[in-house]
Amino acid sequence: MNAIEIRDLCKSYGDFQLDHIRLSLPEGCVMGLIGENGAGKSTTIHLLLDLIRADSGEILLYGQPHTRVFPALKEEIGVVLDEACFPETLNVREINSIMRTAFRNWSSETFFGYVGRFHLPEKKTVKAYSRGMKMKLSIAVALSHGARLLILDEATSGLDPVVRDELLDLFFEFVQDERHSILISSHITSDLEKICDYVAFIHHGRILISEERDILEERLGIVKCAREQLRELDQTAVLGVRESAFGVEALVERGRIPAGLQIERASLDDMIVLLSKGVK
Amino acid sequence: MNIIISNASGQPIYEQICTQLKQMILSGELKEGDLLPSMRVLAKELRISVITTKRAYEELEREGFLVTAAGKGCFVASMNRELVREEHLRRIEEHFSEAVRLARGAGLQRGELIEILETICEGEAL
Repeated sequence: MNAIEIRDLCKSYGDFQLDHIRLSLPEGCVMGLIGENGAGKSTTIHLLLDLIRADSGEILLYGQPHTRVFPALKEEIGVVLDEACFPETLNVREINSIMRTAFRNWSSETFFGYVGRFHLPEKKTVKAYSRGMKMKLSIAVALSHGARLLILDEATSGLDPVVRDELLDLFFEFVQDERHSILISSHITSDLEKICDYVAFIHHGRILISEERDILEERLGIVKCAREQLRELDQTAVLGVRESAFGVEALVERGRIPAGLQIERASLDDMIVLLSKGVK
Repeated sequence: MNIIISNASGQPIYEQICTQLKQMILSGELKEGDLLPSMRVLAKELRISVITTKRAYEELEREGFLVTAAGKGCFVASMNRELVREEHLRRIEEHFSEAVRLARGAGLQRGELIEILETICEGEAL
């Protein structure tokens, strides 16, 4: 069963267009939605959350059209957007009281468990929180109403490495239950590299790659060579090129490169940079 | 039990897990019937994706090192002597091939290589 399935989703905003987005996230898995700023990651997530309407296409959550199941399913989806939207004058106790009435499955015990674990001050108001603390608060809320699907939009961006690492631990804990799934968008790929089962790369509103991460790693690699050598390669096997005065670096399909050329491992960062250079 | 994942190594992560678990099984550190960590726990502890650990376990199961009992977990399979011997032979061959490649690079003759092997065997009293 797919937790999320997106079929041919389109949305246009004048100069920006989301063009036939297709994705599927199997239940129990983690998908990283990667791409540079403005590529369409947040638009896709906003469509998924029914915050905006698509021009065409279909979004299925657990096999059902999302608009139809949303009222019932909202309890089961934990959402963390890039800005924490809590009124600044509230403290965590007040937030707990509000959430308790908003969510049927709200667990104050779980919530205060996270508050303690994250060392969030109980008496201070949100106004006094740092960006990292606000993000931890959002995540604590998202994980305290029995969600089985976690959707995070740039949740780890702008946080220091120590906090990002703590959050990563939390996500690993969340998927210990094999019915739990995560969709996480980010441009900090080193975090995603550790946890993602699937990677979808979005560029100028189009999905360029959507694949199991391990397979992607086996399929693509980096070749560093002279310009003349690059020209001799099958050009359809070359997905993106970075040129310098002394040679080129190219993202290639490993299987279609003649033996003898050294192929290095491509990180997700390499893929983002070179793919976006490669596509005109 | 230690499993060390190296990012610098060119070997895919699932293979690194396979190799290390196999070594533990062959050396007797893991014994027949021992319960292995679940795929999700392994993924969490090593900070890798679940698909990667799943693939490693599937590979080991296919090669007969593990058995999966639905709902209970993965266990070290009863070791077939033939299989252990096979695996050892495979590793010996691997090392010999490596030695031959090095010898070629160093411009050694076949006779010289065999001589080295004989000297080592004598030293180790094989």
